[in-house]
Amino acid sequence: MSDIAERVKKIVVEHLGVEPEKVTENASFIDDLGADSLDTVELVMAFEEEFAVEIPDDAAETILTVGDAVKFLEKNTQ
Amino acid sequence: MRRVVVTGLGTVNPLGCGIETAWANALAGNSGASRVDHFEVSDLACQIACQIPRGDGSNGTFNPDDWMEVKERRKVDDFIVFAMAAAEQALTDADWKPTSYEDQTRSGVLIGSGIGGLMGIEDGAMTLRDRGPRRLSPFFIPGRLINLASGYVSIRYGLKGPNHAVVTACSTGAHAIGDAARLIALDDADVMVAGGSESPIGRLALAGFAACRALSTHFNDEPEKASRPYDRDRDGFVMGEGAGVVVLEEYEHAKARGARIYGEVIGYGLSGDAYHITAPSEDGDGAYRCMSAAMKRAGITAAEIDYINAHGTSTPMGDEIELGAVERLMGNAAGNLTMSSTKSATGHLLGAAGAVEAIFSLLAIRDNKIPPTINLDNPSIETAIDLAPNASRDREVNVALSNSFGFGGTNASLVFRRVDA
Repeated sequence: MSDIAERVKKIVVEHLGVEPEKVTENASFIDDLGADSLDTVELVMAFEEEFAVEIPDDAAETILTVGDAVKFLEKNTQ
Repeated sequence: MRRVVVTGLGTVNPLGCGIETAWANALAGNSGASRVDHFEVSDLACQIACQIPRGDGSNGTFNPDDWMEVKERRKVDDFIVFAMAAAEQALTDADWKPTSYEDQTRSGVLIGSGIGGLMGIEDGAMTLRDRGPRRLSPFFIPGRLINLASGYVSIRYGLKGPNHAVVTACSTGAHAIGDAARLIALDDADVMVAGGSESPIGRLALAGFAACRALSTHFNDEPEKASRPYDRDRDGFVMGEGAGVVVLEEYEHAKARGARIYGEVIGYGLSGDAYHITAPSEDGDGAYRCMSAAMKRAGITAAEIDYINAHGTSTPMGDEIELGAVERLMGNAAGNLTMSSTKSATGHLLGAAGAVEAIFSLLAIRDNKIPPTINLDNPSIETAIDLAPNASRDREVNVALSNSFGFGGTNASLVFRRVDA
């Protein structure tokens, strides 16, 4: 797992209070990890903070799974 | 109107987490006050507070993990966590966790707070100023709103009846219980989870209440001596934190399921001083009319009141004004009354005070014991009323009245009576 994936996983575990093994690439924040719409807003903020990037609202709406987040961050950070 | 009884009690307050620990400490005359040591107080006029004993949850200490998951807890201010702890205790005590749709829709919540998530608002304001609007959490608003204490309790237990909250400063807890009892009396619900919660202990509230000249400032080196209602050396209240929650229930509903009954809510009175934003009216007329209204609703005479849990915050003005109003109410029966201020031990829990003190009043009825007014060494005024200085009282308590008065000139009195089995 890439460094970015590891950091994403850590944030998801902390914010959603879920078991690390549930945080797989295909896991959906809402359907699989128990997040509600406000949790996903906060998660995106946490990604922005951790990776020092800005995630515009329209991009944030496409980040539905752990893998979506990793892909976006791999593309948009050095 | 339908009769309303109390079937469950819950609290976390500076004397302990759980009814029995807090009550034992109140009866023993133990103070909950200490120096504040988890944030900077050196530049504050008041450097002390009555803080909840935090610990691993054993021996009446408060362990937040026992009451709310970390994941949920970090989204909200402590007044919501305290309310969840007290509500869980009260609902467990009452053995009322409704599962059918019918029972859930007949059960509601009415938990208030004086100032709600003040500390979270302070933090949020700093975040906005220093880091900009995009860094403000989506939980900033729902974690601070006063009625979210009721909201969280309603969601956790599936309570689908009235979902309400009261905000009347230091009368909040009493108004919440009184108003919730009326909702049951008027058939809007059969069961209500009611009370108050407050988490004010931080620099902003300590500085703010000190600016209103409401806090004790001369006992920073002897915190446990600072809250001393009716004593000549009193100089202001000591801020407390915590929650009190009761389960109120329609009498026949409680009887039918064999619930334990702590007492009946027989009286509830409300009044306004229409005088000053922070000072009580000097003639005590608002307090007198409030108690009179509660007594009239209860259909009792003053001579029938055994115990009054006073508002008694330890401010120079307020204590004697309330005492004068009680003397006027009691008339010739004053000599048979015991009145104590448990704020001498708990400090002033602001919006939670009225609920915690209602609980102490009900436990006085349960045990025929009255907690003392501690630190009352030299009364500033003579009275025929027994103020229970420094020692608890063993006496029959069938009827207890609890007073709460708040900024804005808002007053509430509750009257409870023993229900014979």
